[in-house]
Amino acid sequence: MTELTIVQAINRGLADAMRADPDVLVLGEDVGVNGGVFRATEGLFKEFGGDRVIDTPLSETGIVGAAIGMALYGLKPVAEIQFLDFIYPAFDQIVSELAKFRYRSGGQYPCHVVIRSPYGGGIKGGLYHSQSSEAYFAHTAGLKVVIPSTPADAKGLLATAIADPDPVLFLEPKRIYRAVSGEVPDGDQRVPFGEARIAREGADLTIFAYGAMIPPSVQAAETLAASGTNAEVVDLRTLVPLDEKAVLASVEKTGRAVIVHEAPRFCGFGAELAAILAEKAFFSLKAPIQRVTGYDTPFPYALENAYLPNAERIVHAAKAVVAAG
Amino acid sequence: MGKAADKSPEPPAPEASPDLPADDLPKVYRAMVLARVMDERCLTLQRQGRIGFYVPLQGQEAAQVGCAWALDSEDWIFPAYRELGVALVRGVPVKLLLDQFIGNSGDVLKGRQMPNHYGYREFRFVTASSPVGTQISQAVGAAMAARWKGEEIVTVTFFGDGTTSSNDFHAGLNFAGVFKAPTIFFCQNNQWAISLPRERQTRSETLAAKAVAYGFPGVVVDGTDVHAVYRAVRDARDRALAGDGPTLIEAQVYRLGPHSTSDDPRRYRTDAELQKWKDKDPLARLKHELLTSGALTEADDAALWETTRKDVVAAFASAEETSPVDPLTLFDDVFAQRTPQLEAQREEFAALLKEGLIKP
Repeated sequence: MTELTIVQAINRGLADAMRADPDVLVLGEDVGVNGGVFRATEGLFKEFGGDRVIDTPLSETGIVGAAIGMALYGLKPVAEIQFLDFIYPAFDQIVSELAKFRYRSGGQYPCHVVIRSPYGGGIKGGLYHSQSSEAYFAHTAGLKVVIPSTPADAKGLLATAIADPDPVLFLEPKRIYRAVSGEVPDGDQRVPFGEARIAREGADLTIFAYGAMIPPSVQAAETLAASGTNAEVVDLRTLVPLDEKAVLASVEKTGRAVIVHEAPRFCGFGAELAAILAEKAFFSLKAPIQRVTGYDTPFPYALENAYLPNAERIVHAAKAVVAAG
Repeated sequence: MGKAADKSPEPPAPEASPDLPADDLPKVYRAMVLARVMDERCLTLQRQGRIGFYVPLQGQEAAQVGCAWALDSEDWIFPAYRELGVALVRGVPVKLLLDQFIGNSGDVLKGRQMPNHYGYREFRFVTASSPVGTQISQAVGAAMAARWKGEEIVTVTFFGDGTTSSNDFHAGLNFAGVFKAPTIFFCQNNQWAISLPRERQTRSETLAAKAVAYGFPGVVVDGTDVHAVYRAVRDARDRALAGDGPTLIEAQVYRLGPHSTSDDPRRYRTDAELQKWKDKDPLARLKHELLTSGALTEADDAALWETTRKDVVAAFASAEETSPVDPLTLFDDVFAQRTPQLEAQREEFAALLKEGLIKP
């Protein structure tokens, strides 16, 4: 076990994967000599050289397109998109190409590509350094979408992503890159996809969250405990594949659900969770579901803290759910 | 012979250009005839409603066959959706292509794509998509990977004049220049991007000239001249394998037919223009050469067309008899393994299918 921050765990995970498999390489903007703007690729250039830690021209569509070509040829590229807000120039390559290659070729051309990207608010990044656009990608057939919330999960899920033969969008909660540290198992310890984590056990209400929304959700659960409500916090870890069993099992136990994400509410991932609960856990629900999310506005700069869900808003919603039934 | 674009940094030396071997010429001609016959047949089949759609290549046979002929079978092809001539030279069987046009159980793609969007790993021919230009940066990435693995191959990517305006044209050529990727960018300038003429696509004098800005040679060739195309591609391949980086080749051709079977080119271009290019038909040009050299007689030629037509008709009859695609394959190949959600949807679908509520 080693005590690491999330960004250190990612760095360690990349280095381990590259040492273990010569077909793994890293490409993106400023990932080489500079070690990445968040230092996620620090030291890799020195250890593995410029052929495996590739500083690319400033073109996201070029990065993803080249990564696809490398994967078709048999390599396992890990592409970095510097901020999730800048992924849109690569949207065509991701949605039309990466996600569909295996399917459209009848299984002849799998795309063994990981795209890593820091996402989310809380760093005073304004409109273009704060977005949580996971829903676009979760909606696209053929992509896996992974969002860790702890250092151990960051390393374990990244190892699984790099080993996965299908394209994985690996979203990193940059707000807690360094704010959260924890024990990380040494060696090749993988965390499987499609298995949610119970971040806190409880019997009265379930808070569903992922990524940077886990700390405020756990904090809210602690506050609720003081007033007699024992909340469970389920960390989804992977949106695709979704651990539907864990989602349903928790609500069958608690009968109440609060869904938290920082992305806008309308058509956010929480809408899918709410629909699944309505379809499959309707008779377990004691009260209407509540969503605590970002608002349906672009991500603000000065009002960032007002926009992002916090523990107080989660507690407020949880109390309303408990009061309703 | 290729003409270097203005201010090209390293114009290829013309004397280095190898010639298309004379013994190959009858085979080259046969491949071009096969492409033309399939094209004519598929246009008819589409009108008869026996295939859903078709993208013709008439007028571009010399460019495609000449280019493919200059490559090694280990080289990787990243096509657009009009590269029938390339696929045939690669050795993709006619029946397999026709299975794809129908989307039956013989289709390697399992009926997942419109006609012409085929791909065959066995022939190093990557499965095509409809968005234009996306294949370009992929070809560059594959070339970088091949070099990294120490494999002496090139990647060749095909696209048209319209694609030179796309994001991925710029991204791909820029990456290739920076990384000196062993890639050949083979642009078939067929003068029209559906209804938009070449001069409305760019103010550049030639499309090949764009290579200059990316720091590698751009070459213009007469795409109706199979020899010129072959030499230009051989040069580009030699350069790439020597570690000198990519080349952009602009093969000037004309799309004699419509953009696709959904298009009516009479709406936007003149009969006079069409006739001008019909007079430069690449098949007529090569046939004339073979007749002159004595490698072909009129009787041989008539027999070739007749046999080829018979073969294509027979292959299509066989493709039409091939069973339809299994509906349950709908849920395969989204991922290597179905997720629980896909598994559940497959079960739901299978039940509805059984009850007759879904009719494939």
